[in-house]
Amino acid sequence: MYKELRKYIVSLLEKGKRNDGRTLDQYRDPVTVQYAISETAEGSAQVQIGDTVVMAGVKLSIEKPFPDTPDQGGIAVNVELYPLSNPEYEPGPPGIEAVELARVVDRGIRESKAIDMKKLCIEKGEKAWTVGIDIVTINDAGNLFDACSLAALAALKNTVFPKYEDGELNYKEKTKKKLQLGKEPVSVTVYKINKSYIVDPNMDESRVYDARLSVASTADGLLSALQKGGESALTAEDINIMVDMAVEKANFLREKL
Amino acid sequence: MDGRALDELRPIEAKAGIIKNADGSAYFRIGKTVAYAAVYGPRELHPKFLQDPKTGILRCYYNMMPFSGIGDRVRPGGSRRSKEISMVIQKALKPVLELEDYPNATVDVFIELPQTDAGSRCAAICAAAIALADAGISMKDMVSAIAVGKVDDKIVADLNYDEEAYEDGPVADIPVAVLHNTKEITLLQMDGEISKDELLQALELAKKASDKIAKIQFAALKDKYKVNADQR
Repeated sequence: MYKELRKYIVSLLEKGKRNDGRTLDQYRDPVTVQYAISETAEGSAQVQIGDTVVMAGVKLSIEKPFPDTPDQGGIAVNVELYPLSNPEYEPGPPGIEAVELARVVDRGIRESKAIDMKKLCIEKGEKAWTVGIDIVTINDAGNLFDACSLAALAALKNTVFPKYEDGELNYKEKTKKKLQLGKEPVSVTVYKINKSYIVDPNMDESRVYDARLSVASTADGLLSALQKGGESALTAEDINIMVDMAVEKANFLREKL
Repeated sequence: MDGRALDELRPIEAKAGIIKNADGSAYFRIGKTVAYAAVYGPRELHPKFLQDPKTGILRCYYNMMPFSGIGDRVRPGGSRRSKEISMVIQKALKPVLELEDYPNATVDVFIELPQTDAGSRCAAICAAAIALADAGISMKDMVSAIAVGKVDDKIVADLNYDEEAYEDGPVADIPVAVLHNTKEITLLQMDGEISKDELLQALELAKKASDKIAKIQFAALKDKYKVNADQR
């Protein structure tokens, strides 16, 4: 469908160029994080990467812990691709694209142990905090993976507990107790188009890539989640290069927090 | 209840053209209630059997973001409440649109609210009206909406959540949409207790309040084009 577009983009990439003038490992401008964009959320943030804008909001609720982890709270990540953000999206339940996004963000946070689930426990076997992270798209101009992951992390950093006293939860009163984050997992998705590797694809590049690899990493360089996508296979050498690129760019994004 | 005069509105802020992908868009904030609206269209309507060769149609979708309520998370995926509100928003906006200009087409309006504190359907209408104008859809008039009502024995404009939930006396919450030039009313709902005389007083108050809001809506639209002129 995008044969000509692909030919054009590949020919540019072979010369180390992109169709919007960037280098292969360069993010669009601006990359910004704005905190506390929703007063009704316990924590929230808006992330902009180029023309892509997403919001994330955290709601804290008290639930009964799962029977197999009675001393732990939980997290739940949900992504909504709003038809407001892209003419191609339609109203309705989340499709596979939104589900994959949510699960990749979820694993990056969960597996890095950024949140100590045991600290979320209020009463063993009875009550524990659940951290609900909702990420919504405002303007989709490509690279939702990185934007959603960064927005989720920023919203968590902005989260404070509501007042909970004598079994009563009062959402209207926020305490000074912040949600503790042990680590800051940042996800970067590297795209392979023909023989080149790029980060932060624009809409055109998103249409013609061969394979992608999402890599969530913490400041110490440890990886906490991976997701390979796209139609083509990757070699071990590809993965070696793509992980290096992702870890380096994660540090760049982490500086924006 | 929050120190305002009876006819005083909460602080309002409006911007046009904030969502790049959309054909028209707007941001509208009144107090702690915030609405984003995006218009896509006129565009071809699918499935084709829904198309009308005589006129275009208007579709509106109102949605609260999952974290937009004080208290529990709002489950995504639409509720009976959001369906009804989407419908009354559509009815509030449609009378000013000249949809005959767009046969076989649809104009879609998506409204999302990141935070709410009462008056969300009115904020949604205000944002949507700016977005429709921003999209260049033919409009006969501007639509401005405000909730008026009664708290205890006082007729007030722009109820906030605490006023809506007031329990020590009668309360009436009346969302109203007013057309700027004709002063006709295209949205009218009410829940609570009120006499007919008080209702008519409240509607008068709504007309005055909607004038103030329309000025802010027009200013938002002018402002967008001013910025463009500077860039040239």
